[in-house]
Amino acid sequence: MSTIYIPTPLRRLTNKQSRVQVEAATVREALQALDEAFPGIGERLLDANGEVKRFINVFVNDDNIHTLQGLDTPLNPNDKISIVPAMAGGTVKA
Amino acid sequence: MTRITRDQLLARLRQEIPETTPWEVADWLRDGKEITLIDIREHEEWVQGHVPGARHVSRGFLELQIEMVQPDREAPIVLYCAGGVRSLLAAHNLQELGYTNVYSMAGGFSAWINAGFEFEEPRFLTPAQRERYARHLIMPDIGEAGQIKLLDSKVLLIGAGGLGSPAALYLAAAGVGTLGIVDFDRVDRTNLQRQILHSESEIGELKVESAIRRLHDLNSDIEIKGHPVALSSENALDILREYDIVLNGSDNFPTRYLVNDACHMLGIPLVDASIFMFEGQVTVYQPANPAKGIEGGPCYRCLYPDPPPPGEVPSCAEAGVFGVLPGIIGAIQAVEAIKLIVGIGEPLVGRLLMYDALDQSFRTLNVQRDPNCPLCGDNPTVTELIDYEQFCGLPPRS
Repeated sequence: MSTIYIPTPLRRLTNKQSRVQVEAATVREALQALDEAFPGIGERLLDANGEVKRFINVFVNDDNIHTLQGLDTPLNPNDKISIVPAMAGGTVKA
Repeated sequence: MTRITRDQLLARLRQEIPETTPWEVADWLRDGKEITLIDIREHEEWVQGHVPGARHVSRGFLELQIEMVQPDREAPIVLYCAGGVRSLLAAHNLQELGYTNVYSMAGGFSAWINAGFEFEEPRFLTPAQRERYARHLIMPDIGEAGQIKLLDSKVLLIGAGGLGSPAALYLAAAGVGTLGIVDFDRVDRTNLQRQILHSESEIGELKVESAIRRLHDLNSDIEIKGHPVALSSENALDILREYDIVLNGSDNFPTRYLVNDACHMLGIPLVDASIFMFEGQVTVYQPANPAKGIEGGPCYRCLYPDPPPPGEVPSCAEAGVFGVLPGIIGAIQAVEAIKLIVGIGEPLVGRLLMYDALDQSFRTLNVQRDPNCPLCGDNPTVTELIDYEQFCGLPPRS
C-alpha cells in the first residue's frame, strides 16, 4: 500500500483525511484509486489531457515525478505520494 | 657579536630592504598589480583606518601567519606600519623566512594619509552593540564577523502581515541593519489574530507605520524603510534592487509571480513562503551568480509554471488560517535569511519545506530547476516584467 498525503485545500473532498492508503503500481493508478474512493478529486488534480495541472506538483517520497517517470512512475510498497498545490494565502483580490 | 645602535640597524636594513612609497603602492593598487599588502600595526591602530585592500597581521604574529596569507616566497609583498620603521624590521624577518620580494612602505600609514590617499575605516561593533548581540557573538558560527554582516545587510519584506510580522521582528532583533517593508494595507481587527506586529490601538493605520513603530521600539540600532505602495511591474525593480534578500509573505498569486520574476532578474535570493489553514510551505529561490560562485536553484515558475485559475484554490479569507501557523513559517523565513546573510548552514535552495501543524510534521521535498522554465530555463522567454493580473486571469488592478 502507498500513502497519499492530501493537501489541506483538498481535504474537504477526502472527509478531512490527510492521508489515504491506496493499492497501485504507478502514480497514475494511485490517483485513479484516490478518485474512485473520493469522486471529484481527480478533476482537481488532472487537466483535460489527463496530465497533472501546472499549479500542482506530485512527489513520490522526496522527488517530483517530473524528475522520475511522470504519472507512469512505478510505486513500491510504503511509498509516500505528496500532492503539493500552489498556495497564496490571504485574500484573492479579484 | 658586534653591538650596533638602533639607528645603525635601521640604516643597514634600509640598504637591504627595498622601500616603496605610498604613491607607488597607490599606482600598483590602481593598476591591479598582484601585491599582498599587509598592515602590521596593532589592532587598535588598524581599526582607526587602513589602506583599502590591505590585510591586517600584527607584527607579533607576522612570521606565524604569513604562510596563511601568502605562501608563495616569490610573490611581491608590501608591509606598512605607522611610520615605516616597524615595517622595515618586519620585512627583514620575512626575508629570513625566504620571502624574496618584500617591500617596506616608506613613511607608513602617516605618509599614505599625508599624500591624500583614501583610507578605510573597518567596521567594528560599538560597546552597545557588543552587549546587545552578545549571544550571537559567542557563537563561532556567527561571531563578530557574522554580526557585522547582519548589520550591513538589507532585507525586504513583501507584506507586513502574518508571515512578515514574525520575520520582521526576528530580523530586527538579530540586527539586520536595513529592513524594508512593502505593504499598502491598513491594520484591520481581523489581522490581530496572527499579525503580531500590530496592536488594537493601531487599527486603521498603515501597516508600514505600525510596523516601523514596533520594530524601532525593539531595535533602534537599525534602519526601517516603509514602502506603502502596491507592488507592480512599474515599481518592483526599483524597490527590490536596493536590497540583498527578499522575503515573500504576499497573499496573492500575481504578486508571487511578480516578486519571483523581479528577484530573478535582479539576482536577489528570495525566501518564499505560503500558508493555508494549518499548512505551510517554505523554500529559497536562489538565482545563479557565477561571479560569486553561486550555482543557483529553481525558481517559483519551475515549481508552479502556471497559476491556478481564479477560484480554484480557496484563499485564507475564505478558508481561514490558524493564527500560530504564520508565526512558525515566518520565523523559518527569518532563519533562512540570516543563514544566507551570514553564510552558514544549508539553505533551503532546491528544497521545499512542508509543515503541517495538525500532525506536527515537517517534510522536505526536492525541487529541481526546470530547463524549460520560461524565466530561469535554458531558453527564457520571460525577460521583462509582464502584466501579472492578466497572467493570473484576474481583471486589471484599478
